[in-house]
Amino acid sequence: MSKNWPLWEIFVRSKNGLEHRHFGSLHAADAEMALENARDVYTRRNEGVSIWVVESKNITASNPEHNGEMFEPAQDKVYRHPTFYDLPDEVKHM
Amino acid sequence: MSSTLKDSRLLENYILTIADNSLILAQRLGELCGHGPNLETDIALTNISLDLLGQTRSYYQYAAKLAGDGKTEDDIAFLRIEREYKNCLLVEQPNTHFGYVIGRQFLFDVYHFMLLEKLQNSEDETLAAIAKKSIKEVSYHKRFSGDWIKRLGDGTEESNQKMQEAINDLWRFTDELFYMTDAENAMVEEGIGIDISAFKESYYSQVSEILKEATLAVPENKYFNKGGKEGVHTEHMGYILADLQYMQRTYPNMQW
Amino acid sequence: MSEKEIKNLEAIFEARIARDEKIEPKDWMPEKYRQTHIRQMSQHAHSEIIGMLPEGNWITRAPSLRRKAALLAKVQDEAGHGLYLYSACETLGISRDELYEQLHSGKAKYSSIFNYPTITWADMGAIGWLVDGAAIINQVPLCNTSFGPYARAMVRVCKEESFHQRQGYEIMLTLCRGTEEQKAMAQDALNRWWWPSLMMLGPTDAESIHTEQSMKWKLKRKSNDELRQQFIDQTVPQADILGLTIPDPDLKWNEETGHYDFGEIDWDEFWQVVKGHGPCNKERLGARVDAWNNGKWVRDAAMAYAEKKEANKLKQAI
Repeated sequence: MSKNWPLWEIFVRSKNGLEHRHFGSLHAADAEMALENARDVYTRRNEGVSIWVVESKNITASNPEHNGEMFEPAQDKVYRHPTFYDLPDEVKHM
Repeated sequence: MSSTLKDSRLLENYILTIADNSLILAQRLGELCGHGPNLETDIALTNISLDLLGQTRSYYQYAAKLAGDGKTEDDIAFLRIEREYKNCLLVEQPNTHFGYVIGRQFLFDVYHFMLLEKLQNSEDETLAAIAKKSIKEVSYHKRFSGDWIKRLGDGTEESNQKMQEAINDLWRFTDELFYMTDAENAMVEEGIGIDISAFKESYYSQVSEILKEATLAVPENKYFNKGGKEGVHTEHMGYILADLQYMQRTYPNMQW
Repeated sequence: MSEKEIKNLEAIFEARIARDEKIEPKDWMPEKYRQTHIRQMSQHAHSEIIGMLPEGNWITRAPSLRRKAALLAKVQDEAGHGLYLYSACETLGISRDELYEQLHSGKAKYSSIFNYPTITWADMGAIGWLVDGAAIINQVPLCNTSFGPYARAMVRVCKEESFHQRQGYEIMLTLCRGTEEQKAMAQDALNRWWWPSLMMLGPTDAESIHTEQSMKWKLKRKSNDELRQQFIDQTVPQADILGLTIPDPDLKWNEETGHYDFGEIDWDEFWQVVKGHGPCNKERLGARVDAWNNGKWVRDAAMAYAEKKEANKLKQAI
């Protein structure tokens, strides 16, 4: 019985100064191969300067069914945003 | 530099001994596009083919400029007779199975890297520049093929057998890599070419080390074949050229 | 879940899509949505990798180094696009191996256009110009489809594919500006690829199943016939620039509609190829099955090696 190559999630930094961003996924037998494959699959057009690979099974994701309790409570915290505060026009650049 | 040469034909010939390897290996890898063991590996091998093709073009464009007779990179690539191609026998060997593809690549990459490392210091500025650019690509090829040698050698019993079969079969073409032609000797004297024969020992020790790590036996065969660098090829070469040259031969003197 | 609860969830789901919200893999979705997406995305992925073969056929024979490099890069892109699309499918809980199994057993379909042979170099031009042209018309609206992973894959595909059609058209242009023989080669390729390209946009609306549902889920924005008309309207002037004749005696500009009228498509041929009896169906599928079977020992070896290394690491840690 043969096992399939596991799935990996690929994160690429496009250039220094930017964060690694999720680019997609691919299959590889091990981490080194995942890096090599990611280089060939996702940076053929000069899209990256750094790559992270994470085996997909190691990612813990939030459950969308809990989105209400997870994320909605943050919606009404308007006082966290600068526009919540009134300042006279004379005060510039704050 | 080249203008001071007594015979720029020798330099052209020297360029071809390097460039033809890249062309023919790129052609062999091109055959595999769409037929790899899985998508990721297919894409990786095509990348190597594209790197080699890019190198080929840089060398041929330079050779065409040296010839100065209006020839183009394509004339050099497509319109020579078989005896005029100077690639080594190793790179023209067929894609018998994936073990052969990796074995051929690995045995060539280790050599290729050594050659380019030195060629970066050539007194010929153009060659040095091409080598500088190419060595980054070839450094990656070498790592890629070396990793795969280990995977296949130290993978399953079946893969070990297949990888060993390929290495045993291809081994007899390795000695030619270090054979020096007249053009090579002349270019060494000019400070342009590389005395690659000096690297033979280091080559075999590097290759052996990785083979051992891959739990593969280093072949003990002491009988080698050569001829490609002098234009005497294996029977495979005619068929490679039949494909490669098909359009240019069937429809001569046209732009594509 | 009761039937009523499901109905309620479905209503919420459809409303989200109607509001242009994206659906992500872990979100609740109707089973039919999941199945339809697996089917369409995998067909799309299969088409990309089967599509490598007719063009791959000319890599070793490309007539110049520049053309060879461009063709290699293009066919490689198709492998990449297949990979992106298989990955999007996998977010719905089906593995790439299962999808391959469906392709290899003949259960899954792929675009019929790739069952036609590539017999001259001009076919590389015609495929890039016409087949990629028709594909782009199909694909651009999908960048905005409702399923997030599919939309994201399509954004990447469309971005990368922009060079494919130009590559093909440039080949045609070079042939048409070349010798008589070359121009004849280009005309012959257009003659053979024109009708299959029109068929590529799918059966006529009257014959097309799934369309209404697909529109709702934004898997489709326009009907097959509308897309076909768009393709013809944009391609005819391009043929004029090449100085080539489109092989349709009924093709005529219609002032009133502002579109080209065109002749009857041979749908019998279309269905023959779809049902597996085109000129190259056997060869295309055979090549994929061979590649997969011949690669098995390689994939197994890599996995075995990875496991050995992992086990060694654990041993050392203890």
